[in-house]
Amino acid sequence: MSVLIDKFDVFAGGFWLTLQICVLAAIGALILGAVVAVLRISPVPPLRAVGTAYVNTFRNLPLTVVMFFAAFGLPALGSNADFLRIPVLDSLFNRLGTDLPYFRFALIALVLYTAAFVCEALRSGVNAVPAGQAEAARSLGLTFGQNLRYVVLPQSWKASIVPLGSVIIAMIKNSALIGFFGVVGDLSATADQLTGAEGYAFIPVAIGISIGYLIMTVPLGALLDRIEKRQAVAR
Amino acid sequence: MTTGEPLIVLDSVNKWFGPLHVLDEVSLSVGRGEVVVVIGPSGSGKSTLCRTINRLEPINSGAITFDGQPLPAEGKALAKLRSEVGMVFQSFNLFAHKTILENVTLGPIKVRKEKPAVARERAMALLDRVGIANQADKFPAQLSGGQQQRAAIARALAMQPKAMLFDEPTSALDPEMVGEVLDVMTSLASDGMTMVVVTHEMGFARHAANRVIFMADGQLVEDAPPAEFFANPRSERAKDFLSKILTH
Repeated sequence: MSVLIDKFDVFAGGFWLTLQICVLAAIGALILGAVVAVLRISPVPPLRAVGTAYVNTFRNLPLTVVMFFAAFGLPALGSNADFLRIPVLDSLFNRLGTDLPYFRFALIALVLYTAAFVCEALRSGVNAVPAGQAEAARSLGLTFGQNLRYVVLPQSWKASIVPLGSVIIAMIKNSALIGFFGVVGDLSATADQLTGAEGYAFIPVAIGISIGYLIMTVPLGALLDRIEKRQAVAR
Repeated sequence: MTTGEPLIVLDSVNKWFGPLHVLDEVSLSVGRGEVVVVIGPSGSGKSTLCRTINRLEPINSGAITFDGQPLPAEGKALAKLRSEVGMVFQSFNLFAHKTILENVTLGPIKVRKEKPAVARERAMALLDRVGIANQADKFPAQLSGGQQQRAAIARALAMQPKAMLFDEPTSALDPEMVGEVLDVMTSLASDGMTMVVVTHEMGFARHAANRVIFMADGQLVEDAPPAEFFANPRSERAKDFLSKILTH
C-alpha cells in the first residue's frame, strides 16, 4: 500500500485533472441540457423535433463512440476545438489552453453526451408540475418564456434536483474514459502509469483511484440527500 | 345588457379528440355584459367549449372571434388576447409557490408591466372585494378551497379582463364553500361583467344568467333565458337532464 504515499503526487495530479474536466463538463452539460430541455418543451414543433433528435442521438450512443467522434471527427473537420480556449477560464483550468487538443475533445464529448441526460432530468421535473399551473399562467397572458421563468421552473427544480445529481455523478464516473482518448494523466489513467510503467501492484493503485473518485461523488450524493430531506420537510 | 356587436362569437366550431366529436357545429354569440351559463351532462363538451374561447383548446374547424378579432394563433398576439379574458378553473390552479398577493400581481406586473406598487394596491382592493384580504401573505395550500377559488377570481380580475370564463368553478368545493364563491360571481354579474359560466349550480343559472345554453353530445341543443329554459325546456334531452337533477 506504500504506493498511496510514495506516489501521492501522481494520484493528486490525476484527481486534479479529473476534477477539472468534471467541473467544466458539468457546467457545460447543465447549460446545454437546459437549452435542449427548453427546445423539447417549446410550443414550436420544429424546435421540439430538434430537441428530441438531440436526446435520441446522444442518449442512445455509447459515450465511447461519442468520444471517438470528438477525437477523430473534429480534427477531420479541421478543428482543434480552439473555441474552448476561453481567456480567463484557461488559466484556471490549464489543460483547456494547451496545444494538445485532447482535453478539449474529451470535454466536448462529455458535455454532448451528458446534456442529453440533463435535459431529461430537467424535463421530468417540468412534467412533475401540474398542467394546471402552466394553463393558469397561459390564461393570464404570460408568454412561453415568462411561463417557464415565473411559474414552471421555480416549481420544477425540486423534482429535478435529485435525478440531476445522479446524472452528474454518472458523468464523473464516465470521465474515467478520457484517458483512452489521448488525455494524459487523469485519475483513472494513473493506473496505467503506475502499474504498467512503474510496476506497482494493481490492487493498491485501484484503491487509491477509487478513493479519488469517491472524494468527488460521495459528498455530492450526501448533498443531494440533504436537499431531498429538506424538501420533504417543506412539503 | 347587450349592446352593440357581440363580444364573443363562435361560428360552426368543430373539435375532435381523436374519434370523439366533442364540439359539433357549435355557434354561439355572447353580448357585452351578458352572463351565459352553460349546462349539460358530463362529457357534453361544455368545458371544452369554455376553453376554446381563450384557445386553451385549439379547434379543428370553424371560427371564433373575440371583440371583433379572430383568435390569433400561438404567440404574442394570443398571449395578449388571453390577458383580456379572465379564466377560473375547477381546480383553482393558483401558483403553488407564490403567496396569494403574488398570485394576483404576477399578471399585471409581468404581462401589463405595471409598477409593483400599483399592482399591489389593486390586488389588495380585489382581495378585499372577494373577502380574503387578510389571507394575502399566505400560500394557496394554507387556504380553504372556497378561499382559493375566490383568490383565483381576484387573480383573473386583476388583469381587468373584458370577459370572464368560469370552468366549473364550484365543482371541486365542499358544499359549505360553494355559496361564498357564487356570491362573488353574482356580484360580478350584476356589475356588468361579460361571463361564460360552465356549472352545475342551477340556482346560479336561474338568478344570475341572462341566457342558459344546454349542451349534449357536443351539440348546442338549447339557448334560452333561464326562466323559459327551466319552465319549458323544448328538447327531450334537456327535459331528461332537468328531470334528473331537479328531482332531488
